[in-house]
Amino acid sequence: MTVVYFTRDDHEPIIDPAIPEGWELVVGCEVHCELSTETKLFCGCQNKFGEEPNHNICPVCLGLPGSMPSVNAAAVEYAMRLGLALNAEVQGSVFSRKNYFYPDMPKDYQTTQFDLPTNVGGHLDLPNGVRVHLERAHIEEDTGKSTHIGGSGRIHDATHSLVDYNRAGVPLVEIVSRPDIHRIEDAKAYASELRAILLAIDVCDAKMEEGSMRVDANVSVRPLGSNELRTRCEVKNINSIRSLGRAIEYEANRHIDLYNSGESPNQETRHWDEAGGRSISGRSKEDSDDYRYFAEPDLVPLVPTDEEIQHIRDTMPMLPAARRTRLLDASSADPEAVDLVVGRGQDDLAFEVIAGGGNGNSVVKHLTNNLADGIGQMSIESFVALLQMETAGDLSSTQTKTVLADLVATGGNPTEIAASHGFEAMDNSELEGILDQLIAENPDEWARFAGGDRKVQGFFVGKIMKATRGQADGKVVNQLMQSKMG
Amino acid sequence: MTETALSLAAAVRNGDRTARSVVEEHLTAIEAREGDINAFNLVMTDSALAQADAVDAQVAAGEDPGPLAGVPLALKDNMCTRGVATTASSKILEGWEPPYNATVVDRLATAGAITMGKTNLDEFAMGSSTENSAFGVTHNPLNLDVVPGGSSGGSAAAVAAGFASLGIGSDTGGSIRQPASFCGVVGVKPTYGTVSRYGLLAFASSLDQVGPLANNVADAAALYEAIAGHDHMDSTSIPLPALPVSSELDHGVEGMRIGVISELDGSGIEGISADVQARTRAAVDALAAAGAIVDQVSVPSVVYGLSAYYLIAPAEASSNLSRYDGVRYGLREDGANNEAMNIASRTAGFGDEVKRRIMLGTYALSAGYYDAYYGKAQKVRTLIIDDFAAAYENFDVLVTPTAPTTAFEIGAKTEDPMTMYVNDICTIPSNLAGHPAMSVPYGVGDDGLPIGVQVLAPLLGEVAMFRAGAALERSLV
Repeated sequence: MTVVYFTRDDHEPIIDPAIPEGWELVVGCEVHCELSTETKLFCGCQNKFGEEPNHNICPVCLGLPGSMPSVNAAAVEYAMRLGLALNAEVQGSVFSRKNYFYPDMPKDYQTTQFDLPTNVGGHLDLPNGVRVHLERAHIEEDTGKSTHIGGSGRIHDATHSLVDYNRAGVPLVEIVSRPDIHRIEDAKAYASELRAILLAIDVCDAKMEEGSMRVDANVSVRPLGSNELRTRCEVKNINSIRSLGRAIEYEANRHIDLYNSGESPNQETRHWDEAGGRSISGRSKEDSDDYRYFAEPDLVPLVPTDEEIQHIRDTMPMLPAARRTRLLDASSADPEAVDLVVGRGQDDLAFEVIAGGGNGNSVVKHLTNNLADGIGQMSIESFVALLQMETAGDLSSTQTKTVLADLVATGGNPTEIAASHGFEAMDNSELEGILDQLIAENPDEWARFAGGDRKVQGFFVGKIMKATRGQADGKVVNQLMQSKMG
Repeated sequence: MTETALSLAAAVRNGDRTARSVVEEHLTAIEAREGDINAFNLVMTDSALAQADAVDAQVAAGEDPGPLAGVPLALKDNMCTRGVATTASSKILEGWEPPYNATVVDRLATAGAITMGKTNLDEFAMGSSTENSAFGVTHNPLNLDVVPGGSSGGSAAAVAAGFASLGIGSDTGGSIRQPASFCGVVGVKPTYGTVSRYGLLAFASSLDQVGPLANNVADAAALYEAIAGHDHMDSTSIPLPALPVSSELDHGVEGMRIGVISELDGSGIEGISADVQARTRAAVDALAAAGAIVDQVSVPSVVYGLSAYYLIAPAEASSNLSRYDGVRYGLREDGANNEAMNIASRTAGFGDEVKRRIMLGTYALSAGYYDAYYGKAQKVRTLIIDDFAAAYENFDVLVTPTAPTTAFEIGAKTEDPMTMYVNDICTIPSNLAGHPAMSVPYGVGDDGLPIGVQVLAPLLGEVAMFRAGAALERSLV
């Protein structure tokens, strides 16, 4: 998709410390998402990754002479759901043909949307508050996949090529942002927030490594304080969010080096070479970009009714940003831990536990640290009861962790499990006696601790745990040692 | 022909004749004259006999063999037939056998019709004479020195020669009606979207429509009813069943309002010969005598139809024909790399007229030219639709000549594409509007060759159109 970017209103330059001083980074993203519909966009073939080559194909997705497309209504609904999640306007839309020759594109044109896409405008807010405006999010078909044999592995010097058309006709939504991104971290946050939204609304499995979410970055730079949009390069073949950051940093520096030596970059598509840590020139955009778009005569316009759009709005799940705010407010936990819990889709679980009387901060802490794979056999009630025992000081954090692991594995009652381990609340005066005895038995070590050598702290904690069969609360032991030191 | 398709079907259905005997009789006719006419790219002797035996078995078992049981049919070779070469009369599809049937082909089989073979056409349906073919020229059965018209010239010739009782053509700018006129048969282009295009090798998708060729209006009506009706495989298919036309044929034109398009009656444009004008006037008079209310009507924008068509159709064709790239099927000529292979294959595989239209269409869609050419042509198309709508406020059907002249000599127009293109001036407006139109034979010209008169109707106006067509046919007897 080629987009004409307009210069934005004046804004304060946004400085990225990773970009050489005096320059501002300007990035817009084009993200292709494969919709996770059962079938392809224009035929009844299975939409499935990882099958034998040329297994899921038929006359339509092979573009055989005489075949005609029929639109998959589910794909259109997914696209509209995505548009609404991105605050875009959903409108009546028309498919167009983008004409160019390529062996993995069966009809030698791609059926896509051009002047009337399904979704226009919209924006995506990053967790740090930066707003990235969107141009559009349109529906199109994916191409097949070529494997070039011989030479460098690229088509121009291959001896022959193998084409797998399983992917041909898989529904895609291409989300085109404005060049609103000025920091590498924001570009990564954009991709990761978009991924979270795709997963939340269940329209795409968003696996960058499998190509079900493909992020292309349009990168340019400009002198700090300037508002111009200089020549951009579209960097493709980025397979992870980390690579996205590396690719943008490399490309920006390449541009700056060129400008600094009195040259300018060419407008072109470039391929990110992850192993080499560099981008490689692809085809030049200047001479190959007349796609001769025209309205696809084999399809009729898509005209969603107000009722259909309203239904999608009404059934829209809560989006990640709102879920993060909700959990943050309810738990007062660390924002990063909240991100992780929401990212894993465990926030609804957290709310159930909080609603049952569990401490919000503890819930998030345990979900983050100990429950990455879920709560297994543990009931919500048991989880709540366990957290209450921990908060009341009946169990130390170590003991809580042990009981938690048992609950996840086998279920049951936390009080009984704690009792079966012999975990009982310890009298702190008993602890003091044990510590006094240890100090007496190990005067040298104690002197080192008192002298500021914190490494020996573990020595005492370990001895106390051994003496109490793990029932001592580590926090209390630490406090006790501090107070003994005077 | 003494026997109509409907009388053959009736005889087969009630056991008076076997489908095998009908097919054998037509195979004999093919054997006798096909060498001179060259209507077929492929005669499907074995499968036709097998299909006939299957129909006979159904009859013997007391099953319904379908309304067109045992009727021999000539299928234009741009419709997909499973496991049988489908060429569009192009070298580029050499060796390709579709793995699926066109919807129309399946419906014909269900109706009991027997496909005798795949008929010749102008390559990818681009032409008006069936001279642009990788399989040679088709000759007009009524005079071997003249063309049968095109692009469905093979199907029209097969019906006229008695090789088949029915023919299937496709009509993008007149490709059913003009050869019908030249061969003295009935040809119908139904409303766009009423007959499935699934399995029709696309020329210009927004204009293409599959339709019947037959020796008489009633046969054409029966064939229309067998192939029309909604198909979910074609998104542009109208979600309605076939209109009931056969039962309406005898209802006459009493009180029907019939308009004669003044721009196409010979006074409006040059090139419509005197004998064609005379036969069209005779047809109009006959309809008036049968009780129709006849008047002149102006549809001003139809004169721009030809120009708009020769931008829109090539533009769509340039895209539709991109897939013939040597990668997946058909002809492949080696090249040093993929692009060179594409170019070599397309250069060797496409004929001159196809190349000419691909270049025209590519140009018309190019950045910087789109608005001046393709965009403007679409506006003309809208004007034509609006002008027709105004005309149909006062008229039920409209009448024009089908073609400006009778069939011309083979080779007479191959050197100058423009004179060839003008052949379609009367037929193109219906394709641009998506409206139905049919050509009915109405006598002969000064040279003794047939002349067709065209009846046009508004969207889904097939009932009135067939009634007028049947009235014309009756007035000749």
